Amino acid sequence: MSAATVTSRIPHRIRLNLRAVVGRAYPRIVGANREPSWIFFEAILPLLGIAAYVFIYQALANRVLLDPTVSAADKAATVAATNALIGSVVLGGTMIAFWLNVLWSMASQLYWEKEIGNLQLYMMAPMSRMALLGGMAVGGMFMTSVRAITTLVAGVVVFSIVLQVTNPFLLIAVFFATLVALYGMGMTLASLYLLWGREAWHLSALLEEPIFFTSGFYFPAGGLAYVGGWGRVLLTAATAIPATLGLDAMRQLVFPGAWGDKLWIFSPEVELVIILVLGVVFLVLARYALAYLELLARREGRLTSRHQ
Amino acid sequence: MEFAIETKDLVRVFKPSRKLLKRKKNPNGEGGSGEGPVTALDRVTTQIRQGELFGLLGPNGAGKTTLIKILCTLLLPTSGQAWVAGHDISKDPFPIRERINMVSGGETSGYGLLTTRENVWMFSQFYGVNSKVAKARIDELLHIFGLWDKRDAKVRTLSSGQRQKMNMIRGFVTDPDILFLDEPTLGLDVNASRVIREYVEAWVRKQKGKTVLLTTHYMAEADQMCDRIAIIDRGRILACDTPENLKRTIRHDTTFRLEVDTLRSASAFSGMKGVKNFSSKDDASKNTTSLTFILEDESAVSDILSAVQAQGAKIHYLQKSEPTLEDVFISMVGRGLE
Ligand SMILES: Nc1ncnc2c1ncn2[C@@H]1O[C@H](COP(=O)(O)OP(=O)(O)O)[C@@H](O)[C@H]1O
Ligand SMILES: [Mg+2]
Repeated sequence: MSAATVTSRIPHRIRLNLRAVVGRAYPRIVGANREPSWIFFEAILPLLGIAAYVFIYQALANRVLLDPTVSAADKAATVAATNALIGSVVLGGTMIAFWLNVLWSMASQLYWEKEIGNLQLYMMAPMSRMALLGGMAVGGMFMTSVRAITTLVAGVVVFSIVLQVTNPFLLIAVFFATLVALYGMGMTLASLYLLWGREAWHLSALLEEPIFFTSGFYFPAGGLAYVGGWGRVLLTAATAIPATLGLDAMRQLVFPGAWGDKLWIFSPEVELVIILVLGVVFLVLARYALAYLELLARREGRLTSRHQ
Repeated sequence: MEFAIETKDLVRVFKPSRKLLKRKKNPNGEGGSGEGPVTALDRVTTQIRQGELFGLLGPNGAGKTTLIKILCTLLLPTSGQAWVAGHDISKDPFPIRERINMVSGGETSGYGLLTTRENVWMFSQFYGVNSKVAKARIDELLHIFGLWDKRDAKVRTLSSGQRQKMNMIRGFVTDPDILFLDEPTLGLDVNASRVIREYVEAWVRKQKGKTVLLTTHYMAEADQMCDRIAIIDRGRILACDTPENLKRTIRHDTTFRLEVDTLRSASAFSGMKGVKNFSSKDDASKNTTSLTFILEDESAVSDILSAVQAQGAKIHYLQKSEPTLEDVFISMVGRGLE
């Protein structure tokens, strides 16, 4: 191949893969909106989870606020702390939408594609394997964002949360870096789930609740560090899940100074760097996991074929 | 590039899955065909020219799908080599993928929530087809395949014939140079089959350099459509020629078809003088056995009839007929295609 044909092929490949991403994202974006039950799962369920925690935190706060012996200054501090707690829960509930989408939808995607018979058509197409995974992720992200925004806005309005955004750029950077890392994780899981088949389902079910807890979707995860013994171990393990640090950073950026700054894990800047590293690691892992899977499929002839 | 598709000593062996191995250890488990490695392709060597409509005719389990999967870069051969559009299928799959497409019968690909149009469009994007171009082609093909009314119908509401037409459109929309069709009319009604066959033929004949590799176990389909046919059984190519030449191999023979009461055993016919080969198939619902004989010597008919009567079976029907491709197959392997 001459140098000229090599350079002229590069834009061609890029164009092809961009089209492939859009094509693959399309059924998620359009198709999912045709299925109203999604609205329930993706928007209403997180709100219910949020409400339960909000009521608990409000009830705890009321014990202080209704106590005549507590000073006005302490009451004001309690109001601020409660606002940050409830706001943290709403943010957590918003991110849960993405986490559930990654854990249940992204991770099982390739497995279902195989069952439907799509996977071998995808593998036969000239698009890059990352375009296939990327399309899945973009579709999932888009669809989930609609729900997440609903959850966020409803939460902020219903529970009258006061947000104090000091560094919007950093906040946006953290949010998108977290999404990339989360969906990178989903892309990796997708290949692993296909490899492991149904057993992986049980893993998802098993992981769901513990990760809700350790990632601090409903409370500041840094609090775990104050739990004696296993608390720090859990917290360290949880930082491998991009949502943990992402949430922590976002909370710091909208509730600066909350709880005397004692419950944060790292500074938002450090957390952003770690999330970016996680994102790169997951994307690279996803690429190699799928390449390995494809090789295995071509060699053993069972992973992409529907009937075997 | 001389050949669109070339294979050299292709071998594909499937090792039994771990599940099957476990079952084997279990003394109560089923044995039989599931045991041991399966040689799906056994030293397959073929050359398919550009512009050819090439058929692969063989019964179920012959290895047709395995060969197609290898050529579509979905499966690696155990040994041997193959080139598609001049590229090595093992080493260089991406340039091949840009120039091929594949449709198989009874496939249920796509998303039920999308419409016919959207579904085909989505697949076209995986090949980087310009969106406008893709949409224009899709509309044209929807008209040709008589699916225009269903253009905005959700895929999950389509009948199997309509679905298969949509799958065919998916195959043509990327304008491949080489199209693989794996039993494209499997289980379809006469009408849908005809539309598909006619379009495939026209597509190859009216354009230069388009190649189709079609697999089928319907001999009439292979006979009607294909320029050349390879007859495949148990992973081996037994013969490869034009339909006329294949039929000519048995031109000195006579084909007799018989339907008789269910026979206890057909072994009496093997080795009978004048019988080159035969196939026998029981029809449990009618309580009959259908027999096809390829006779080197027509006088063998009387021996056959006495052998049938010796079993006390009544003869329902006896016919001498023109040789078909299935008869060629029977003369080679002593079994029918279905
Ligand atoms: N993925 C697989 N794993 C194990 N055996 C397989 C696999 N695919 C095909 N085979 C076996 O290989 C043989 C040829 O199958 P196939 O190529 O599907 O035949 P055809 O398409 O002609 O019906 C059969 O015996 C089949 O059971
Ligand atoms: Mg087959």
